[in-house]
This record gives sequence, structure tokens and C-alpha cells, in this order.
Amino acid sequence: MLPELGLLCLLFALVLAVLLGTLPLLGAHRGNVALMATARPLAWSQLAFIGMAFAILANAFLTSDFSVAYVAQNSNTLLPAIYKFTAVWGAHEGSLLLWVLILSLWIAAVAAFSRRLPAPLVARVLAVMGWVSVGFLAFLVFTSNPFARLLPAALEGRDLNPLLQDPGMIVHPPLLYTGYVGFAVAFAFAIAALIEGRVDAQWVRWSRPWTNVAWGFLTIGIALGSFWAYYELGWGGWWFWDPVENASFMPWLVGAALLHSQATTEKRGSFRGWTLLLAIAAFSLSLLGTFLVRSGVLTSVHAFASDPTRGLFILVFLAIVIGGSLLLFAFRAPSDEGGKPFAAYSRETLLLVNNLLLACAAAMIAIGTLYPLLAEALDLGKISVGPPYFRLLFGLLMLPLVLLVPFGPITRWQREQASVTVRMLAPWAGLALLAGGAWWAGSAGGNLQTAIGAAAGAWLLLGTARFVFQRLRAGQGLTAEMAGMTLAHCGLALFFFGVLQTEGGSVEKDVAATPGQSFALHGYDFRFEGTERVHGPNYEADRGRVVVTHHGDVVATMAPEKRAYASGGQVMTEADIDGALHRDLYVALGEPLDAKGGWALRLYVKPYIRWIWLGALFMALGAFTVLFDRRFRRPPA
Amino acid sequence: MIRRFWPLLAFAALAVLLYAGVRMNSGRDTSAIASPLIGKPAPAFTLPVLGQPGRVVSRADLLGKPYLLNVWGSWCVNCRDEHPVISALARSGRVRVIGYDYKDEPADAQRWLAQLGDPYEFSLADEEGRVALDWGIYGAPESYLVDARGIVRWKFVGPLDDAIVSGQLEPVLASLEAGK
Repeated sequence: MLPELGLLCLLFALVLAVLLGTLPLLGAHRGNVALMATARPLAWSQLAFIGMAFAILANAFLTSDFSVAYVAQNSNTLLPAIYKFTAVWGAHEGSLLLWVLILSLWIAAVAAFSRRLPAPLVARVLAVMGWVSVGFLAFLVFTSNPFARLLPAALEGRDLNPLLQDPGMIVHPPLLYTGYVGFAVAFAFAIAALIEGRVDAQWVRWSRPWTNVAWGFLTIGIALGSFWAYYELGWGGWWFWDPVENASFMPWLVGAALLHSQATTEKRGSFRGWTLLLAIAAFSLSLLGTFLVRSGVLTSVHAFASDPTRGLFILVFLAIVIGGSLLLFAFRAPSDEGGKPFAAYSRETLLLVNNLLLACAAAMIAIGTLYPLLAEALDLGKISVGPPYFRLLFGLLMLPLVLLVPFGPITRWQREQASVTVRMLAPWAGLALLAGGAWWAGSAGGNLQTAIGAAAGAWLLLGTARFVFQRLRAGQGLTAEMAGMTLAHCGLALFFFGVLQTEGGSVEKDVAATPGQSFALHGYDFRFEGTERVHGPNYEADRGRVVVTHHGDVVATMAPEKRAYASGGQVMTEADIDGALHRDLYVALGEPLDAKGGWALRLYVKPYIRWIWLGALFMALGAFTVLFDRRFRRPPA
Repeated sequence: MIRRFWPLLAFAALAVLLYAGVRMNSGRDTSAIASPLIGKPAPAFTLPVLGQPGRVVSRADLLGKPYLLNVWGSWCVNCRDEHPVISALARSGRVRVIGYDYKDEPADAQRWLAQLGDPYEFSLADEEGRVALDWGIYGAPESYLVDARGIVRWKFVGPLDDAIVSGQLEPVLASLEAGK
């Protein structure tokens, strides 16, 4: 009975979403206050019904109701309770429900935190979000009903994909979706502004905090996914340029561009059309990501069940939402770029370059991701675009970005003398180059990539510090907005430093080890001390003992395992990772080689890999810090 | 003015491409794309056997009896859906069922088989997907019926279900048996 109620809740929510999409819009058009006022109650009640549907599905999982097909496919009575709960979003239907739930939460949040905004604007923004909600709810109800019955009921469920039985699964999808869906707010503000025909600083000021929150969540979500893949899934790397990763990275890049262009539009009135376009693009790319993951058009490690009807449905939805908004943009975008004039060298110009580089990076990734599809459609054969393409081009695009970042904050709006800023930063550039040189000399054999990493990290950090120093010396202090920017730019420094150290400095070795034998790797000495038999709760394992020393001091004792599970005798490799701020050590047991206790071992040293995720965390913190800026709290003038 | 239509035009081009993708994809499910391999010898290959270190199997080893080569992977969700059908087919003894573990980590693949049950006589392991190019494997699941002389007789892209087994696979099998 309950599952039917769940579907009913979704149908109610769909009706409410249609009302939310029409009534307030009509009200705003006619200036009817009563109709506009329906937006908030509709937003609340939509959230209530979707929340109820979600609770019902979660309940079906927790009580192992295998008469629901989706539960039977993704759960099992033996699954621990927490994974029964996270299994709700373990596959297509449930994760879509989570998506819809998060969307309705964002809608409710906009309804709650927009009391000071003019009623017609709020009505239009909520109505646009209502239409997005209609699309997703219809998708859910008509092609992906999570409450479909399985009759007769299964006695036992098929169990959740073991890869997903992991703490990472608890937080990674919700955070990622919060980021993805959050761009719907900036999108709705943009569409509302286009409908209203009023794109001014006020409008951007209202939508900026929402963009920041969404982008911050997306940053954490992506970083967490990367960390999870590295740490728990044992994939060894931290980024694979997989289509699904790319699908989340494109809106992130465009979102980063949007943050900067919104700041420009708010303060100077410039780039109004561009800001609108980016707001549309960030959300469109989120939708495109959903399409790529769920239509089965591209093959990926993350692939959801592919179903052509679903693919077609999302494509039509995509065409309506994106095509419609771009059409609106084409007709309604402000004809003059407006804003205060600015000289060839000014902060506006630098931000424009920033936007250009980030947008190019996103376009480059889009081309690389979709190229196999294009090649197939044109019958050029199956071609896959690998990490070398992405690495090279992304590196080329990020190089000028890294060089220019410190110039942004110390360059004045409107007009600046290039020589002044160059003089200000020259000593710090010198120091950064020195750091790179020192790193080069200090690395074994003069590793260029890690040296560039050191120089880039130092340059970003020192250049950003120069801006803080300038503010403090003038006794001005930092506004929350500036503090956020500083944090995020420092995060960028940590990130680039970590990436280049890891990519350039990681070393790995496959060795055949006999007990007592030592192997030198990157200044560390790995001594294999043999293996012992251990009995786990449901497995037998060979546990290796590897003592790692550095200049004679023991830094880690590692215990990689090779487990044979009692059920079916499957064999699993449990690598051991010893993490530290400046390096990760990684040891995995391969195969036993002989009767004398010899084993094949795989050893890695990955320098500074944790800085990658630390950097991402700083960027997200920076984005959140900006919210506390007084400008965003002041009532509209 | 025309400048502002560029984003729309770019998106229209993208939408056409994605539509082509969906079409190609749905083509796969009805197996509208006939494999050029049908009626031709199966490609030569030598692949390790999953979970049996040291054992390799090549094309010649499989001659003598028809077999169904079923492409799967632990990462493939549709393979889970298909699994009961493959298991039933293997149990029925109508044809040898040989797995083809495509682009998979051996440890993941073995866990998958241990969890769902292993219907296959054995599974060839193509971790990198190199041999798959010769077979023209698009993804998983896919199934190839190869006769006793090593000629590919039938191919299906997408998960098998009972209707396809009885409506398509079994007639081809019957014709093979009749031809003997």
C-alpha cells in the first residue's frame, strides 16, 4: 500500500509543480499579488510531498520490501542498515528521486530567503524552478518510477553493487547533486531577468550568494568523489577524465567563470549578457551531465542502466529547457553591453580573460567527451579520447590562468597601469621562480613538472598574500568577499601544487619480494617481512608486513592483505595506504610467487596528493565565506 | 543581433549530435546493426581466463562445439538484469556459455561472479578491451553465437531476455543442429 502512496505523492508533487510554474508567472505578468503569493505555499507543499515520497522509498529499503522492484534490485536483507538507506540512491530511479528532492529543497530555500526581494521577481524565479521541477518529476513518474511493484515479490534482494557499499556513497551523491541542482537558482534568476527585461546590478547581487553556495557544494562533491575513487575503490589515481567526471567538471568550470563574471556585473555593470549566458550554461551543463550519465550514449565506469526511452525523454527536456532559454536570451538579452567603460588593462579585462580561459577549458572537455560520439555518428570508427588529450590541453589553458590570478585582485577597476602591478608582483614572481629552481635542484634528476608545481603554488600563494598585505597596510582589512576570494585562490595554489607534484613525482614499482628483502623508492626503504595467515569474520587472508623507513627512521608499518572470502572463494586485494600531508605510501600484495614466502608487491609513493583535495576544500570554503559579506545582507535600496 | 543566436545554434548542433547518439543507442537494443562478422570466422584471439592464473584460451581451443560468447562486466548494470537469463540458458545445457569479461578489474569481476553465481564454463578476461575491438564489441552486455567450425552465426547487442532466447537464439541453434 505504501509504495502506491509514494507514487501518488510524486503525482501530487507534479501537479503542484505545474501550478508553481504557471500561477505565480501569470500573477507577475498581470501584477496580481494574490497569484504571485501562491508561489511560496506551492513551494513548501511540493517539498512536503516529495519528502514524503522519499521517506516512503527509504522505508521500503529499511524494511526490505522486495515487492518493490527497485528495492529488490538494489538491496538485500543482509545489507547493513546504513547502506540500506544509501541504496535509495544506489541506482537510476532512486538517485533521480534524490535529485528531485534536492531541487525541491533549493526551491524551498529560495522561497524562504527571498522575503526582501520584489514580489514579481520572486514569483518568476520560483516559477522557472517550478518548470524545471515539472520536467524532472515527469521524467521520474513516466519513465523511472521507483515504486513499481514486482509481483510476485522477490524473497531476497539482489543486493547493492558492492562498490557502492562504502561510506563515500553516503555523502558523495547528495553533495554533488546539491551543487548540480543549485545552479538551477542562478539559472532561474537569469531567466526571470530575461522575462522581466531588467538585468541590473541588483539582480546579480541577489543571485550571487546562490551561485556561490551551489559552486561550493559542487566543489566538495567532486573532490569527495575523487578522494573516494583514490582511497576506497583502489583505482590508484585521483582523476580519470571519465565522461561522468567530465560531466561534473564542465558545470564546475563554467560555474567558476560565472562567479567571477557575476562579481564584475554587480560592481561595474559590465558583461551583463555574458553573465546571463554563463548562468544558463552552468545549469545546462548540469542537465547535459544528467543526460550523458543516464542515456547510455557514452560508456563510462559510472554508467547507469541505459534505456533509450529515457535518453530520448531527457533529450527532449534538454531541448526545451536549454533551447528555450537560449532563444529567450537571443531575443531579450540586453542589446548594449552597458556598464562603466574600462581600459585595455583593468580588472575587467583580467576577469574577461579568466572567463575566456575557464569557458575554453569547459568547451575543450565537452569536445573531448563528445568526440567519440561524433566520430561514431559520422562513421569515422570508434575513437576514444584519452587522458593525454585532456591533460595537454587543460594544462595549456590553465598555465595563463595561473600566471594571471595574482594580478586580478591588485589591479584596479576601470584603468590600471600595467607597470604598477608588474612592479608590485615582480619580487614575488622572483621568489616563486627561486622556489621552483630550488625544487628542481632538490628533486632527483631534476624533475621539471614538480618544479613547475612548486613555482606555480608559490606564485599563487605569494601573489595572493601580496593583495592581503596591500589591504592590511592601508588599514582597510578584508571584507568577507575578499577573504573568501583569498581562501579560494590559496586553495587554487594548494591544488595546482598537489596536482603537479603527484603527476610529476609519483613513483611506482612492481617487485618480486622474498621475506627480508628491501626496496628503495623515492628515498623510502620498503622492507618486506613476509606474510602471515589471519582469519577475518568471513574471510581468510594473507597479511603482508612491510616496514617503511626514511633515513633509517621507521615511518610506517603497512599491512596489505589478500583476502579469500568464504562465500564462493572470491579473492580481494586490500591495499594499505599510509597518508600524510607530504606523501602517500601505497602497498598492495600481488600474487604469491613460491613456497618460500615470496610475493609480488606493488609499491607507490605519491607526493603531496592530499593537497589536491585540501585545495578543493579551501576553494569551497572561500565560496561559502563570501556569503557573509555585508552587501548580500543589506535590504534592497 | 545575429551574434546572440550563436549559443542557440551551437546548442542545436549539439542536440542533433545527442539525438544521433540516442538513435544509435536504441539501434543497439533492437540489434538493428548487423555485425559484419556474421557468417565469417570469429576473430583470432588469445586471452587469459578469469580467476585461473596461467591459463590462456585461444580461438582454436573453442572449436568443435557451438558456444555462446556473452560479454559482461562487473561495472555493467544491464548484465545484472541479464544474469538470470544467462544462468537459465547455461543450466538448460542447450549450448556452452562462455563469458567475456570486458574492461574489468579481475578482483571486481570475481566478486561479481561470487555474489551472483557463475553461470559460465569460464570467462575470458579482456581487461584493456583490446581483443574486443576485433570482435566489434560496443559494450556490455553483448552475445555472440559461434558454431563448431568457429563461424559467427548470430549476434545480439544488449541484455538477452527469454523472448529473444526463444525467438532468435534457439532457432539459430536449431538450424545449426539440423545442419550437422
